[in-house]
Amino acid sequence: MRHAGIRLRTGPFTVRIRSAIPSVVEGVAQLYADFPIAPDDAFIDFHIELAVPQWLRHWFHPQVQFWHDDYAPFLPLPLDQAYPMLEWGMNWCVTAHAHQYLLVHAAVVEQQGRAVILPAPPGSGKSTLCAALVNRGWRLLSDELTMIRSDGKIVPLARPVSLKNASIDIIRQFEPSALINRASHDTAKGTVAHMKPPTDAVLRAQETADPGWIIFPKYTAGAITELHARPRAETFMQLANNAFNYTLHGARGFSLLENVVSASTCYDFTYSNLDEAMQTFNHLLEYA
Amino acid sequence: MILLARALNNPASVLELDATALDLLIRQARAANLLPRLAELLHAQNLLDQLPQAARAHFSAIRVITEKQHQALRWEINRIQDALKDAVPAVILLKGAAYVMADLPTGRGRFFGDVDLLVPKAQLNATEAALMLAGWISTHHDAYYQRYYRDWMHELPPMIHLTRKTVLDVHHTILPETARLHPDAQKLIDAAIPVPGYAKLKVLAPVDMLLHSATHLFHEGEFDKGLRDLNDLDSLLRHFSRQQPDFWPRLLARAAELDLTRPLYYALRYSARILATPIPPEVLQTAQQHAPNTFLLWLMDALFERVFQAFHTSCEGPLSGIARYLLFVRSHWLKMPFPMLVRHLFHKAFVSPKDATT
Repeated sequence: MRHAGIRLRTGPFTVRIRSAIPSVVEGVAQLYADFPIAPDDAFIDFHIELAVPQWLRHWFHPQVQFWHDDYAPFLPLPLDQAYPMLEWGMNWCVTAHAHQYLLVHAAVVEQQGRAVILPAPPGSGKSTLCAALVNRGWRLLSDELTMIRSDGKIVPLARPVSLKNASIDIIRQFEPSALINRASHDTAKGTVAHMKPPTDAVLRAQETADPGWIIFPKYTAGAITELHARPRAETFMQLANNAFNYTLHGARGFSLLENVVSASTCYDFTYSNLDEAMQTFNHLLEYA
Repeated sequence: MILLARALNNPASVLELDATALDLLIRQARAANLLPRLAELLHAQNLLDQLPQAARAHFSAIRVITEKQHQALRWEINRIQDALKDAVPAVILLKGAAYVMADLPTGRGRFFGDVDLLVPKAQLNATEAALMLAGWISTHHDAYYQRYYRDWMHELPPMIHLTRKTVLDVHHTILPETARLHPDAQKLIDAAIPVPGYAKLKVLAPVDMLLHSATHLFHEGEFDKGLRDLNDLDSLLRHFSRQQPDFWPRLLARAAELDLTRPLYYALRYSARILATPIPPEVLQTAQQHAPNTFLLWLMDALFERVFQAFHTSCEGPLSGIARYLLFVRSHWLKMPFPMLVRHLFHKAFVSPKDATT
C-alpha cells in the first residue's frame, strides 16, 4: 500500500488507496479483506492517499492528511485518527463528486429485495441500529450514504460501519463475532471504530434494491419500542433536508424523491432495546 | 501537448484512450477547472454514450452541477435586470455572464463565480444605489480598501447579496486607473451590443470581448483558473473567427486603438502554443510587432508556459512554484506604481489583519 496502493471496488466505485501509516494499512487489511481487488489497468474513480505532512511536528504531535488526487479537502488530524479519516474521506469523495446519484444522509439496509432507508441526524442511534440489523439478516447497503440512481434503484456501497462511543461496546456484546477494529480517540465525534461489513453484503454489492420503507429512528433510554406512521408529505420534506445534493438536481430530484417516497411506507421509530428493535423490523417483512 | 489540451482540441480522441489515460484526463480536467468544459464538448459531439460507463459517470455528475449553475446565473441576471429598473440606461455584462447571455459556446460547460458588470464612470453611483436597494451590499468597509477599490482600481468593492450571497463586481473600466496601460472605457461602452429581450443589459462587441479577456488574463496574478481562462480565449477566437470574415483585421486594429496590443500578442501566442488555436500566420506576424524584446519574451515564455500547465502533478515541473510567484509579483507591478505597491503590500500584511480582529 505504500507505493502502488491497493485498488478496491466499493459498490459502483473503484478506489485506489495509498498509505504507509500502520493503522491505515492494518485497518484496510482487516475491514476490506472481502472486497474485490481491481486490476492494475482499471479505471480509478478516486485516487486517495493518507500521509503524514512533512512538518517538524512529526516528532511532537504527528498528524495525518487526506488527499484526493492533488487536493486535500480537510485540515490535518492527529495521527491516531488516520483510519477514521480514510472512511470520512471516502464518504467525502462520494458526496463531493457522485452527482449522477441523488445522495441522502441515511443508512440503508435490504431484505427480500426491498430497502429500509434510515435517515437521522447524528446521535439518533442510526449507525448502531444499522450495525445490529446487518448482523441479524439484513443486507448492508450503507451506514451513511443512501445513493439513489436516476431509475429509482438504491445502489449499495457496503463499506465498513462506523460506531461511536457507547455503540462500540453495545455492538460487541450484541454480536461478539463482529470484527471491530481498533478505536480512535478524541475525534470530533468522540471515540470512533469501524465494523467489518458482512461478507454477503460485500459479495452482493453490485445488487441494487427497490425502496420499501423510510424509517426515522430515535434511540431514547427507557422508551417503548414503537413504530408511528408518518405522513408521506412530511417524510418527503425531511428526506429532502437530509439529502446532500437535492438542490443540484432541481426538478428531476423532486420527481425522483417523490417516486421513492410514494413507493415506501413511512414511520418514526423509537426504541431503547436492540433485540426488540430487531423483532419490529422482522415484523415489517411479514406485512410487506 | 499535454493530455488535457489534446482532448480539448480534439474531443473524439478521448474515445481512443485506455482506462488509465481516461482516469488521468479526468483528474487533469478537474484540477484545471475544465471538467465541465470537457463534458460539454463530449456531449455536444455525441461522444458521451461511447465512453465506458465508469468514466461517463464523472462527466454526467459534473453536468448536473453545470446545469444548475447555468440556471442560477440566469436567475441572478434576471434579478439584476429587475433591480436596475429606471435607475440607469443599461449595464454591460462581462466574462462568464456575457458568454451565456450572448449565447456563445464559451458560456456552455462553465462554472460561474461573481457576476462582472461595466458601467460608465458617471453612472457608477446610480448603479450602486439601485443595486443596494435591491439587496446587494458593499463589502470591505474599512477606509483603506474603499479607497483602494474606488480611487485606484477600476471597480467598486465587491457587492454581496444579503440573502442569495451572490457577488457582483461593478467596474467602470477594464484596467485599474493606476495601471500602465490605459484603454479608453468609453469606446468599449459605445460599441456594446444589447442583449435580446433585456432592455437593461448589454455585452461587449466581439473584438472587445476578446481583448477584455486577453487583458484580464495577462494582467492576472493567480493562475489556478489560468488554463480555463486561456481556454475561454481559445473558444472565443475560434467562434468569432468562424462567424465573422473580417474578424482578424478588426481585432488587430481595435487592439492598436485601445492600447492593448501587448496583451493581445500574448493571448494569440500562448493560445496557439498551448491549445493549438488555429490562427492565420499573417495575423501572428502582424501581432509580432508588439512583442516584447527577445529577453523579455524568453522570460514570459518560460513563466507562462509553466504556469498554464502547472495545474496538476502530472504536468507540473520543479520551477512551477517560482514561475507562479514571479507572475504574481508581475501582476501587482502592472497594477500600480512601485511606491503605491509597497504601501499596499505593507497595509495588507500589517494593518488589515489587525483591523480584522476589531
